[in-house]
Amino acid sequence: MALRGFASFAISKAIGAIITIFAIICANFLLFRLIPGDPIRMMFRDPRVSAEAMQSAREKFGLDKPLWGQFICYLEELSHGNLGISFWQRRPVLEVIADRIPQTLLLIIAALIMAVIVGTILGAIAGWKSGTKLDSSILTVSLALWAVPGFCIAIIFLLIFAFKLAIFPLGGISTPASGLSGFAHWRDVLWHLFLPGSSLVIWYMGEYVILMRSSMVDVLGQDYITTARAKGLKESAILRNHAIRNALLPVITMTGINLGYVVAGVVQTETVFAWPGVGRLMYDAVMKRDFPLLQGTFLVLAVAVVLANLVVDLIYGYIDPRIKVGKSE
Amino acid sequence: MLKFLGELEKVKGFFQLLLTHRMGVMGLSIFGGFAVIALFAPFLHTVDPSKTGAIENILLPPCHQFWLGTDDLGRDIWSQVIYGSRVSLTIGFLTATLAVFVGSLVGLMAGFYGGRIGEVLMRIVDFFMMLPQLPLMIALAAVLGPSIRNIIFVVSLVSWPTTARIVRSQVLSLKERAFVDASICIGASDRLLMFGEIMPNVVPLMLAQAVVMVAWAVGSEAVLSFLGLGDPMTLSWGMTLHFAFESGVMARTLWWLMPPIISIAVLILGFSFLGTAVSDVLKPGYREMWGL
Repeated sequence: MALRGFASFAISKAIGAIITIFAIICANFLLFRLIPGDPIRMMFRDPRVSAEAMQSAREKFGLDKPLWGQFICYLEELSHGNLGISFWQRRPVLEVIADRIPQTLLLIIAALIMAVIVGTILGAIAGWKSGTKLDSSILTVSLALWAVPGFCIAIIFLLIFAFKLAIFPLGGISTPASGLSGFAHWRDVLWHLFLPGSSLVIWYMGEYVILMRSSMVDVLGQDYITTARAKGLKESAILRNHAIRNALLPVITMTGINLGYVVAGVVQTETVFAWPGVGRLMYDAVMKRDFPLLQGTFLVLAVAVVLANLVVDLIYGYIDPRIKVGKSE
Repeated sequence: MLKFLGELEKVKGFFQLLLTHRMGVMGLSIFGGFAVIALFAPFLHTVDPSKTGAIENILLPPCHQFWLGTDDLGRDIWSQVIYGSRVSLTIGFLTATLAVFVGSLVGLMAGFYGGRIGEVLMRIVDFFMMLPQLPLMIALAAVLGPSIRNIIFVVSLVSWPTTARIVRSQVLSLKERAFVDASICIGASDRLLMFGEIMPNVVPLMLAQAVVMVAWAVGSEAVLSFLGLGDPMTLSWGMTLHFAFESGVMARTLWWLMPPIISIAVLILGFSFLGTAVSDVLKPGYREMWGL
């Protein structure tokens, strides 16, 4: 019975995601048809190209068809994984993006894990010492860092640790032409990851600090904590065995909800640190006015966020049956 | 006239309440400070911020004439920071107004009518909330072209759904209250019910939402401009940072980067504080808590 309930929940979620993705594809198609000017002219960027060459390119890309025909053509090519050709790199867009995905995933995963850990610890401390100076300063600083745009934190980190102190590299993912391999290569990558990663951690962690703090305050007010105190348990034992464990629950179920925020951080941080990921690619596409590439990165990021949200929803629906009830009403 | 005076009393009372909240005081003074700077920009030792300077005035460190030095085109950075507050405040307020107006209207309609209309409207809201906001703003802004007007449009477009959702849930609960039933019994029209009875009760929520929206819009403008999607002819703080970042001389230019970053951060924090204060103050029970 419970499993059947989950199956219908999963199917309705999946259908919702598919509709959303289709809507994204339609919007993505229409949006980039709004650009004034002739895409073929933008592609060649050279007034000397002959009219015949342009006409044949127009036919090749199906741009001589009416809008409806172009849309069918777009869907057909999309189903083959063809996202067009980058003006700037002269390579298929999907290939250009696929090259960048692992680096972005590395940055996101590393930063999110650290943000959850650091945020939870700080939140636990703040909640434990709630009402003190320490609590209010942890809360204010992490809220402040959370509200400020991510690129500001990244620039400050770059200025202090890379330019002034020169203890970390200015950008990129590895030392160019260093010929490192194996363990040395990974150490080099980690060294490059440190600054973009930690500026993201600082930006992401605010959410977890707040969650963990309020959860901790809640738990510390419960009767079983009073009982534990009355039993004469040490404060550290109460914290370790009773408070933190119970306070962690809501933090675990809330983790990873705000994917839009995560993507926003990655785009800004990758830009500042020239980290060769999808976010920096999007910035380069903007700067180079490479519309097919921009269209492709937007599509990939939007679809990825929808799919990731679907996975998160399914996992939580499976773990916590209350979510299903809450969402299906 | 009497009614107007009554409203004025309410506004006065609201500000008095706000001044009892520590974050409210901080937020109001930060906002006030920037408002004064923006208003009196021409009198604050500024020159035209986009006027390029002579070749010997390029990349000067802070000095007597250029309080914060000059950029790679010899433009005065102090003037850029001062005039940037005008751009940020304008964009912040226009975007917040637009987003909260559209969002509230949609939320009111969706909550009030429910049924099919409500369903369709909420589906649209859900669709927008599913999308990653920054990539959407980047793609839209790149397609529409760099201008202040487009930035306002793009930021509003991604931010109205939050307001719509919050307003809708408020309207749903208000709809069940006795005073609405009473109005229905008198034979009030839908329009009167929506705008005369329900909306006045949503206004506090809209206000709190608008303040938070200003902070979000200021931040979004800064990010978009920094990513090269701002209007290059209007020097906002984000644009100044974009030029500094692209100049390739970042290492030597602390005075160029820090003032806009600090301004962005302080202004956003001011409005975030104010947002927290406004929603705290408007909570029922705040007066009682403070014995007011």
